[in-house]
Amino acid sequence: MSMGNKRTHLDLAKFRGRLQKSGGREYWKSLEDLWEDPEFSALIGQEFPQQAMRSANGFDRRNFLKLMGASIALGGLAACSRPAGVIVPYVDKPEEIVPGRPLFFATAMAMGGFGSGVLVESHEGRPTKIEGNPDHPASLGATDAWGQASILSLYDPDRSQTVMRLGVISTWTEFQAALQPVLQRLRQQGGAGLRLLTETVTSPTLGAQIEAFLGNHPGAVWHQWEPDSLDNVREGSRLAFGTYTNTVYRFDQADVVVSLDSDFLSSGPGHVRYTRDFMTKRRVRSDRKEMNRLYAIHSTPSPTSSIADHRFAVRPSEVESIARELAAGLGLGASAAAGERAHWIGAIARDLQQHRGASIVIAGPEQPPAVHAIAHAINGALGNSGRTLIHTDSPEVGPVNQLASIRQLAADIDAGSVEALLIIGGNPVFTAPADLAFGERMNRVPFRVRLGDDYDETSLVSHWHLPQTHYLEMWSDVRAFDGTVSIVQPLIAPLYNGRSPHELMALLNDDANEPYEIVRSHWRRQAGAGFDQLWRESLHRGAIAGSPLPARALTAAMPPPPDSPAAASPALELVFRPDPTIRDGRFANNGWLQELPKPLTKITWDNPALLSPSTAAKLGLADGEMVRLHHRGVEIEIPVFRVPGHADDVVTLHYGNGRRRVGRVGEGTGFDVYPLRSSAAPWIDSGVRVEKLGRTHPIASTQLHQMLETSDYDRRSLVKSGTLAGYLKDPSLAPHHEEGAPVHHEQGIDEGPTLYPAWKYDGYAWAMAIDTNVCTGCNGCVIACQSENNIPIVGKEEVLNHREMHWLRIDHYYKGTPESPESFHQPLPCMHCENAPCEPVCPVEATSHSSEGLNEMTYNRCVGTRYCANNCPYKVRRFNFFDYSDYATESLKPMRNPDVTVRTRGVMEKCSYCVQRINQARRDSEREGRTIRDGEFTTACAAACPSEAIVFGDKNDPKSLVSRLRAEPAHYGLLVELNTQPRTTYLAALRNPNPEIEAE
Amino acid sequence: MADPTMPHEEAAKPSRFDRAPTIEPGHTFASITDKISSIVLSRRTPFGWYVGFAISFAIVNVLLVSVGVLLLRGTGIWGINNRIAWGFAIINFVWWIGIGHAGTLISAILLLLKQEWRTSINRFAEAMTLFAVACAGIFPLLHVGRPYLAYWLVPYPNTMALWPQFRSPLVWDVFAVTTYATVSALFWFVGLIPDLATLRDRAKSRAFKMVYGILAMGWRGSASHWHRYETAYLLLAGLATPLVISVHTVVSFDFATSVIPGWHATFFPPYFVAGAIYAGFAMVLTLAIPLRKAFGVEDFITMRHLENMAKILLATGLIVGYAYIMEIFFAWYSGNPYEQYMIANRMQGPYRWFYWALIFCNIMTPQLLWFKRVRTSPVILFLVAMVVNVGMWLERFVIVITSLHRTYLPSSWGMYYPTMWDWGLFIGTIGLFLALIFLFVRFLPMISIFEMRTLLPEAEVHEEHQA
Repeated sequence: MSMGNKRTHLDLAKFRGRLQKSGGREYWKSLEDLWEDPEFSALIGQEFPQQAMRSANGFDRRNFLKLMGASIALGGLAACSRPAGVIVPYVDKPEEIVPGRPLFFATAMAMGGFGSGVLVESHEGRPTKIEGNPDHPASLGATDAWGQASILSLYDPDRSQTVMRLGVISTWTEFQAALQPVLQRLRQQGGAGLRLLTETVTSPTLGAQIEAFLGNHPGAVWHQWEPDSLDNVREGSRLAFGTYTNTVYRFDQADVVVSLDSDFLSSGPGHVRYTRDFMTKRRVRSDRKEMNRLYAIHSTPSPTSSIADHRFAVRPSEVESIARELAAGLGLGASAAAGERAHWIGAIARDLQQHRGASIVIAGPEQPPAVHAIAHAINGALGNSGRTLIHTDSPEVGPVNQLASIRQLAADIDAGSVEALLIIGGNPVFTAPADLAFGERMNRVPFRVRLGDDYDETSLVSHWHLPQTHYLEMWSDVRAFDGTVSIVQPLIAPLYNGRSPHELMALLNDDANEPYEIVRSHWRRQAGAGFDQLWRESLHRGAIAGSPLPARALTAAMPPPPDSPAAASPALELVFRPDPTIRDGRFANNGWLQELPKPLTKITWDNPALLSPSTAAKLGLADGEMVRLHHRGVEIEIPVFRVPGHADDVVTLHYGNGRRRVGRVGEGTGFDVYPLRSSAAPWIDSGVRVEKLGRTHPIASTQLHQMLETSDYDRRSLVKSGTLAGYLKDPSLAPHHEEGAPVHHEQGIDEGPTLYPAWKYDGYAWAMAIDTNVCTGCNGCVIACQSENNIPIVGKEEVLNHREMHWLRIDHYYKGTPESPESFHQPLPCMHCENAPCEPVCPVEATSHSSEGLNEMTYNRCVGTRYCANNCPYKVRRFNFFDYSDYATESLKPMRNPDVTVRTRGVMEKCSYCVQRINQARRDSEREGRTIRDGEFTTACAAACPSEAIVFGDKNDPKSLVSRLRAEPAHYGLLVELNTQPRTTYLAALRNPNPEIEAE
Repeated sequence: MADPTMPHEEAAKPSRFDRAPTIEPGHTFASITDKISSIVLSRRTPFGWYVGFAISFAIVNVLLVSVGVLLLRGTGIWGINNRIAWGFAIINFVWWIGIGHAGTLISAILLLLKQEWRTSINRFAEAMTLFAVACAGIFPLLHVGRPYLAYWLVPYPNTMALWPQFRSPLVWDVFAVTTYATVSALFWFVGLIPDLATLRDRAKSRAFKMVYGILAMGWRGSASHWHRYETAYLLLAGLATPLVISVHTVVSFDFATSVIPGWHATFFPPYFVAGAIYAGFAMVLTLAIPLRKAFGVEDFITMRHLENMAKILLATGLIVGYAYIMEIFFAWYSGNPYEQYMIANRMQGPYRWFYWALIFCNIMTPQLLWFKRVRTSPVILFLVAMVVNVGMWLERFVIVITSLHRTYLPSSWGMYYPTMWDWGLFIGTIGLFLALIFLFVRFLPMISIFEMRTLLPEAEVHEEHQA
């Protein structure tokens, strides 16, 4: 041992100390700091001369991270298969990384530009699971399906991996070389001819970069386009207040909510938070016997309308006049309601009057600006402003009318004034209004660059396609629905050759800083002295404290009535909405979301045009029948599907499907409806003609809705439901209070006839209670389960054959008439029956009961007789008919939860109550010499649930939440008459109808 | 007897009340032996045999391909799914096992009941049983997801220190079916030994002499051989008799012990046993009628045999019909909405055609057998038996599929559509069955030579003399 070595050891200890001090969530950042330290560089140089040389030649942070990330990823990859060589353990173990113990880092995911805080579970450097961030106002610990599924997008093998020049693989260096002359030439003309096209931007840093760029290039123009744009919301706010304003709702303060075609519980900025808030007012317990009331005036049934107390299916074009009539009922304007709807509009108006300051009227983004303005005016008149909602400045950096913006771009291209077009994110060639023919127009631009996740339709018409980093790979920041800023930090070095929008903007700005420094310096400028503290805390919490935008006192003006009131036309109306699972098409290559049964229809892999049953009957159409839609000189072919509760004479088209170029999962699924979506009427249009084609298209719906065929299931007591009034009379909602429910078995859940002495559960007795009253069927739990438990997707053909693998499904039942049915969502994981019918029939004891009451699958022992699946009355068991788990794709391997077995062909599987989480909690508690505390951990589904409908815990602990729920009078078990004694049980679904309307 | 008119009247009645003979007159010991053994040894193999065997062997190849693809790609090639987890494999298993009932019933129970008319049909009925059980045995092995681990259903000492789950009816199945297959094989083989010796003695070619010689196990026809043979045969008959009842009882437990409406029924065991005998006799008739024609053994398998079997068919068919009625009655009487829906769905649901075809095949068609003209017309009898074969397959389809496809939760209702591989495996086993039958009639005496000889009057005289 030489002296030099000795010195090295001492110094390493010092640096390690520095790392230790820095705290885990800033691990990346601290490494960065270390690297910049000349002393450390010198040390590395001593130890690794090759690295030192690279470092001197601009071995930058990115490459360092890349190498480090690659080695972690490769290390992870090696762990997935039998190692080929010798495994070398860590000599110096990285701080905080305990093999087998995940770490959680806070970051934020943007949807439609608006951020939602997440905590990302990371196993030895590989992000594997998304959880909500309890400290972030848009999440409060919950996530939606898109947040959960974003982890799959990260590892998507079809994600764009390299720079492409005209379809040929190229490099960033070559791109820079190509960009510079163009940029220099345009600079000489002050940037004139240069256009940026982005999606909605709320990132303060990106905004600052763009503004800096525009400042230096006064001739350059920034355009924005997003197919799910909030144009109507924006314009509505300007109509009401004279300026673009953001409205933040506080549903936890509202007793009466009127939705004017708004699906605020499952889409739009802040919907996860809104669900949480809304449900705090809806949850009925023995100690809280009140409930808010929701009126849904809607055209397409949505998760929001599905739980509403009153649903009014109307044509989307009628909503404005209804809104005016409602306003008139509250003394605003003079559009008195007439006809049969006067009755219920009056009733709603009176209900709102009685709840001044405790009500909300909210309009959906598909509705024209006037409806939004009327809603603002009503809220203002009711004194709701400042109570149940606040107005703030827009969290967006440059709020514009995006439709006008992209129209302008198209016009400028025609005028020949666009010389270079830089598209940052989005896929305008696929999503822009059809009449703009954006792809064709783009071809006329001399220099076309786009930064995007996928090599997609837009890439095909670009000179340069640049791969974009996933949000889990980059430094950034984003604002939430209320303006709260989150720092986006990378969980892994870019898997591929991607760069973030910040890096592209830095390139344009000749900014040599790395994205980490770009984001940091932006906030250093904002924060000033307290920056270090702020930075550390914000990274740790996932939200910058005090960043929500302040409330502004504004008075809304009632918009003037239209010059010519829309005449009720008999023509069919069209309404465009983003796809409920793959949104505007950005998730088209995400198999989890493609195979996710859409709320209510339970359709996977497709987007049929939705119709009401009576409209379908009028047109002579059945489910799956192909039609040709003629509209504005364009025609598309698409199958139709009937949805009970849909407005008559309206066709709902979900855009985002039918991608032509995206990847192996998303290509050839569904039907592209963008060709019908024109810039003249991007949301609601009329005059569509339906031509029956006489052939059918198979539609893979996971639940056939037999309500249309049979009345039998009224006799099955599957969903316990009732009204709040009924609950107040008899909280158990016993059947004699319900009319027309002849069979109901009043039997205790935990005791049934048996010849044997009952098994005593002395320790824990795990149980789950699901409150169907607050479930919206939003699907967050389904994807959370899929992600946590390595559940494969099977493809449309297999779904058609009822072979979908979801361990947790959401059953959906209608009650009432097909015109206006009540909807009930019933999430169905394994019931973990104490008398499980699946157990005694297994010939090899591959499914058995644990001492804590779990019904467990031993995959290794399963020979696959499938007898258990037959004998399961709840049909929750899933069989691997083929090798569904993808063993071949390398990039998917690091994504899998290392705590859960990947199942092979011929093996049965099902919900395990996330037994890996139970065992983790058990190990933790045993190490600390205590029992597991209630709420210390929960299952993946319960963790994700925005409405906290799913509660998991120990039913032997009388104080646990789950035991208290099991003691609720409205608690019931499914099929308990079979003496299965299920551990998963339910709380009844309640409705709170307005007696004034109900009496009718 | 004092009445002098009696003999006259008796003489007038034979056409109606006398039993037809079990062997046509004019045969001697030698002629029986000649006739039966010549089919195997000396007569030219009929051209039809080659055609028939070629076709059935071609179908066996369909089976081999279906099995190969199945092992390669997994049970996903079938139409089964997470809601209807059992399909053709179980339907066919139960169907074949049911067919496999007639042989043992004819051999063992009728032997014990001293129904000597059974003699000329017992040999091939037993062969048919064995082949049917072999076809049946293929399905449970192949229908599991990981067939290479199917041996885990057998209790054997292992390093995992695990027994199978004795509460599972599938384990009972393993015992019941393997026992049945073993006893049936033994019974059949023991019964063959004297005839194998005859063939050995009469064979011309060395190869045949060798093969039959080995199989005859040194049979010399000595008195002590006959003594041991009779004892062993009787014992095996005694052993086989309860198995006839037990196998299908256990198979019915697969369904009866479950909680699924349409399966969970206490009357399943007798219902299944009756159904099995029904199916078995239908298959015996299906085989016997063409065989006796093709090989000219109408004088051994006489109209009396056909008629007796037709009567059994009618009787068991009525029992099965009773079971169908009881199924409906129980659903109504139980007041259980799920059971009631199950019956309504069978009659009116998407698979209603299967149900009504089943009623036509299994209940309506056999009513023709009340008529003697039908019972004594081989062609019509053959057609009736074919219809019953189809009907019994439909019965299993209705039990398995219509019960599973709409169970308790409407959210999990579904449909089952068999794929080409389902059909391939099913048709393939029919090919295997036929191929085995063809080989059997060509290489083994399809009618028991020595037992036929005991039917001759000479045999009785001889015995009386000895006594």
